Amino acid sequence: MRKIRRWGPGLLLVSPSIVLVAVFVYGLIGWNVKVSLSDWRQAEETSGFDTSAYKELFPGGAGETGEYARAVATGKPPESLSTDPAWIIDLHHALLFTVAFVAGALIIGASLAFLLDKGVKGEGMFRAIYLFPMAVSFIAAGVVWRWLMNPAPGDRSTGFNLLFEKLGLGFLRNEWYLGPDWGAAALALPAMWALSGYIMALYLAGFRGVPEELREAARMDGASEWRVYRHVVFPHLRPVTLSALIILGHISIKVFDLIVAIGGKQLITQTPAVYMWILIYDARDYAKGAAIATLLLVGISVLIVPYLIYTVRSERRV
Amino acid sequence: MTSVAIEPTVRRRRRRQTQARALKYAALAFAAVLVLLPVYVLLVASFKSGGEADPSRAWALPRAWTLDAWREAWNGEQYGLLPYLVNSFKLVIPATLISTILGSLNGFVLSRWRFPGADLVFLFLLFGLFIPYQAVMIPLTQIFIDVDFPEGIPRLAFAHIVYGIPITTLIFRSYYATIPEDLIEAARMDRAGMLRTYWSVVLPISAPAFVVTAIWQFTSIWNDFLFAVFIVTDPASWPVTVALNNTTGSIVTPYNVQMAAALIASLPTLIVYILLGRYFMRGLMAGALKG
Amino acid sequence: MIEELGRDRLARVSRRTMLAAGLVAAAVALVVPASGLGNEASNSQACQLSVFSWWTGGGEAAGLDRLIKIWNKQNPDCPFKNETVAGGAGSNAKAVLAQRLSAGNPPDSFQGHAGAELRDYIKAGQVEPVDFIYKQAGFGKAMPASLINQIRYNGKVYSVPVNIHRANVLWFNPKTLKANGIAVPRTWAQFMAALQKAEDAGLTPLSMGEQWTAVHLMETVMIATLGPRGWAALWKPNSASRWASKSVTSALNRYNTVLGYTNSDAASLSWQEAGKLVADGKAAFNIMGDWQDGYFSGKKSGDNLALKPGSGYGWAPVPGTANVYDWLSDSFTLPKGAPHRAAAVKWLTFLGSRIAQDTFNPVKGSIPARKDANTKLYGAYLKTALKDWKSDALAGSLAHGVVAPAAWSTDISTALGLFLQSKDVARFQTALVAAARKSAK
Repeated sequence: MRKIRRWGPGLLLVSPSIVLVAVFVYGLIGWNVKVSLSDWRQAEETSGFDTSAYKELFPGGAGETGEYARAVATGKPPESLSTDPAWIIDLHHALLFTVAFVAGALIIGASLAFLLDKGVKGEGMFRAIYLFPMAVSFIAAGVVWRWLMNPAPGDRSTGFNLLFEKLGLGFLRNEWYLGPDWGAAALALPAMWALSGYIMALYLAGFRGVPEELREAARMDGASEWRVYRHVVFPHLRPVTLSALIILGHISIKVFDLIVAIGGKQLITQTPAVYMWILIYDARDYAKGAAIATLLLVGISVLIVPYLIYTVRSERRV
Repeated sequence: MTSVAIEPTVRRRRRRQTQARALKYAALAFAAVLVLLPVYVLLVASFKSGGEADPSRAWALPRAWTLDAWREAWNGEQYGLLPYLVNSFKLVIPATLISTILGSLNGFVLSRWRFPGADLVFLFLLFGLFIPYQAVMIPLTQIFIDVDFPEGIPRLAFAHIVYGIPITTLIFRSYYATIPEDLIEAARMDRAGMLRTYWSVVLPISAPAFVVTAIWQFTSIWNDFLFAVFIVTDPASWPVTVALNNTTGSIVTPYNVQMAAALIASLPTLIVYILLGRYFMRGLMAGALKG
Repeated sequence: MIEELGRDRLARVSRRTMLAAGLVAAAVALVVPASGLGNEASNSQACQLSVFSWWTGGGEAAGLDRLIKIWNKQNPDCPFKNETVAGGAGSNAKAVLAQRLSAGNPPDSFQGHAGAELRDYIKAGQVEPVDFIYKQAGFGKAMPASLINQIRYNGKVYSVPVNIHRANVLWFNPKTLKANGIAVPRTWAQFMAALQKAEDAGLTPLSMGEQWTAVHLMETVMIATLGPRGWAALWKPNSASRWASKSVTSALNRYNTVLGYTNSDAASLSWQEAGKLVADGKAAFNIMGDWQDGYFSGKKSGDNLALKPGSGYGWAPVPGTANVYDWLSDSFTLPKGAPHRAAAVKWLTFLGSRIAQDTFNPVKGSIPARKDANTKLYGAYLKTALKDWKSDALAGSLAHGVVAPAAWSTDISTALGLFLQSKDVARFQTALVAAARKSAK
């Protein structure tokens, strides 16, 4: 009884949030799963049980798994594969985009923070500049980047390609997001532009959070500046990296405005989020759209939940 | 003898230091230029006339500088953003405030006034961060209609508050985890209740986390497009992102107006960054968002 | 202990309390009027005609504005409420509309392409038939019977068309053609020769834009190959075997050849940017709907090119489609549960009238769906279109919602997206057959 009095109010205080999230997150996820397993595959609402939507997204059997994985990795679905080829290409794009965006923003952000860490004149100004792109909405960013990453050939060159030529860096010119192999990675550039500054701020705070005594102690032991970072500072940054990963990861999965603003609704730039939209709102294939949403959620859970649980646990141990 | 031997090494080290510093500044400046390139393109296009604002002349300065695009984007008859900016403020200020306060209370309880299963509840809330919004717009609006929720901005604000719970809770929970446990324990020893402890011990030292959370929420609510276009059916209540998107016509897109509109729509977030930037860094350093 | 802490922070606490109170007050002050005002506005207006469209810019917005002015003058008791959502980022308009309709929150009338695209709304029971309006207002006589036949579904008509656009138009720059000794092609063979000649001259032979314009191009090539009847047969129930036929194979092969003459950066261009390549003399031809005419000839102030019809730009039917009108139409519907149904009926009656159609179309750059247009009001291109509309055979557009419902055309568009990357005709045809079979279910 005393115990309840001890923790009861806390639970009570959090309960509105629990209820809201239960309804608006888990309730809607439940709705989504239900629709994905229904035969609601045209405009009229129907509710019979049907797994056909998933069948179009999964390998057609154990024998196809290897082929499926290879197709996702290369982005070139062979005709023999029974899965929806557009979906395979979407997954390929999502994979490229996520790797490029998450790795790019982490590396750029951490490097900038590293450069700024030990006192730089005009630090405030640099920080403000790097953070600025976050203020620009993805829709607006998409418009400008569409201009910059213009793939027009020859004398119609503009944007970065024109700049490269003027600077004598003509070998750098490329087709950007229309490139058959790395196009989706080019789409990640504007997202990196928008978020790197924020990651920089996170890491900078992380660097500064390392007690100076610790660094000093390591230096006294004769460690070089690089070794100080390697053995004292970096281990302290694990939690920062986790936050950064969560923030970048959830943006990466949901990104939609940016891709549509740059590439429109075309297969060449299509990602699962865009396909989901096309299926639900253009084709009115609600079940398949919901199936994609469900798979995205499962994918995220597999990637992130173990990490979250691990972190919460290790935090307890400390 | 010794001084003669040391001098070259010192000089060499100093020279190496100067070189390293020059390199560092060069790298920082280069990064700044890269970041500002798209901003430059935005800016010059917004001062061009309609015919001149075209991707093929992206780098060129305007032949004739004009404020026409800015005027049209500000309060022009067809694209004027002014009324929508007002809507956005009506949306963002209360939604940011409420979701920040909610996050603070949740974060406090889940880190410092824990109950059995608090970690599970935290994970339960956090997972909401990953829901793909596009997929749930239909049932979401259905719920609003079923419960007869007041239309327009209140609906939108409510949605942002609900879907903001995961991130705001995450930020505050991480931040409060850095408060020494003794402080809370002392309050408990004195039989201070939960709210009292929150009010007089925790809240006074929460400012950094408030700033970080508020900036994050302000930015994401201000820049949100998806919820706005789906939830708000009355054009008179649209926030600025929807109006900005409407400058992309289905037939003709006046690029100069669009660029000016994009800049105008980004200004409020930018001002928030400039005003609160210092506190933002301080907040991050004080432990918010460390996982 | 807590007392001590409290005292330590006394100064801060009072400032904090004031701050908190201030913030709460501000929040209340902002939320309450926001919700209150919204309600007031909707209550004080007894009747408002809410019309949903994606006409946010250019000639279409200007044309709609003129209609709104007339409407408001005639119906002061029920003013117009313009609910437009731009097509911009991802054709949001249709998504928003689909969501509003399934949530039971329809506008009084909404825009949709006449024809099969409306079938989704019809099947879902979201729109009412409007035959009674046709009868009362005499639209059956005023509009061509062949048009009304093509938009009828299960014996009923569900929308009122405001305009007619033509999709199978070949655009060119007479100066460019003359300079390179290229004649305007009439037949397919002439077209191929002209494209080759343009390529040899270092021009982009045929300019194309993003994916939907590739669908548009395919449709005109198929009509040129199959003829309007063969084309129409593809959209009848159980047409999968027709999609598998040799004539479709040869149409797709032709399409593949034509694609070889298009610009490499097509996917990054809008239809206007593709058209501008012709206007600038960088490309020889462009195949696009006749909204291109509005962009070429419209005023500079509206971000158009202000070219002179005939000398600045020229047009001809897509080779092989000389007497075919590949048409599409914007139309308006009567949603079930429209909040102001009587006003909506009045709106639809007004839209089908001669005055509304002759007010809207010259500005929008299209021709009326009615036969009795006042020809004098229309520009050079539209005059020729009006003439052709009366004599040509009709073929419904695929890219613009006349022949295929949204699900089918999405499947075709996805298959085409894959084809643009693989250029594998056989596989493309297999996918098209599969799409036809799926749609027959």
